[in-house]
Amino acid sequence: MNPDRNYPSTVAGPFEAAPFAFDDRESREIELRPYDGSDGEFEALVSMYVAFDPADRAQGIPPGDEGRIRTWLDGLVKKGGYNVVAWHGGTVAGHATLVPDDDTYELAIFVLQAYQESGIGTRLMRGLLGYGAENGVDRVWLSVERWNKAAIGLYEKLGFEISNSESFEMEMSARISAED
Amino acid sequence: MKVLLGIGGGDDSRRALERTVSRAAEAGDNLTVAVVDDSSTGRTGDEIETEIDEVLGEAGVDAEVRHVDGDAGSELVRIAESEGFDRVALGGGTTSPMGKIQLGTTAQFVLLNSHVTVSLVR
Repeated sequence: MNPDRNYPSTVAGPFEAAPFAFDDRESREIELRPYDGSDGEFEALVSMYVAFDPADRAQGIPPGDEGRIRTWLDGLVKKGGYNVVAWHGGTVAGHATLVPDDDTYELAIFVLQAYQESGIGTRLMRGLLGYGAENGVDRVWLSVERWNKAAIGLYEKLGFEISNSESFEMEMSARISAED
Repeated sequence: MKVLLGIGGGDDSRRALERTVSRAAEAGDNLTVAVVDDSSTGRTGDEIETEIDEVLGEAGVDAEVRHVDGDAGSELVRIAESEGFDRVALGGGTTSPMGKIQLGTTAQFVLLNSHVTVSLVR
């Protein structure tokens, strides 16, 4: 998409790779696991996105109705990237993904409203970046609305830097392992 | 309605072309198609123009097709305002690998600067 995107020269991390478990700030036991591609996990992810508050949509994602959610999610998980799911028992609390984009990856993270502001987003980001780095991912980028200060702060804390701020939404990038 | 359709080389332009032409056929819009410089795709103006002629021909719609040199956004706004257009139609953005909608610089410029109503075709 944008071959000229800049990446920080310093390598962010290291990050602990999923799978791992922790208690969130509400004392809920949360387990982070790489997505296994099974029908059961796919359906659980669909349920999370169907329940997702439209106010938290970003650039049209997730779509608003179940049919579109299924088409989008199915395409997403088949692109051969890396997906980590945050589980609270059998319920999906959050999902983070690295989607191939030439030789880099686009990152996105979604945490269900009832599970926000409880430390899950930070853990999910770390678990995904660690999992990606373990599998040879080196450069990662994302886009974020400029008003979303909480998200931007989190990304900066993890080592992302602003790479393009000329659009409505802002792009940030990170290097999570040294290039070959 | 007098409609100015801005077309570049992207997939979203192709969709905007098809939708806007079929609307023109139904509603009897007076359509002008402006082909803008688009360095982001490898397609030439001639290729794009051939495609426009095909789509217009299939729909049986008559439209003026013209090339617009220079900065796409500011030229589209200038033409729309100075020539009495009622609406500017544009492609509604491309999508990132994970599906996020991304608006190009032309669409952003036109949205923020145009005093004429803008339609982004999705």
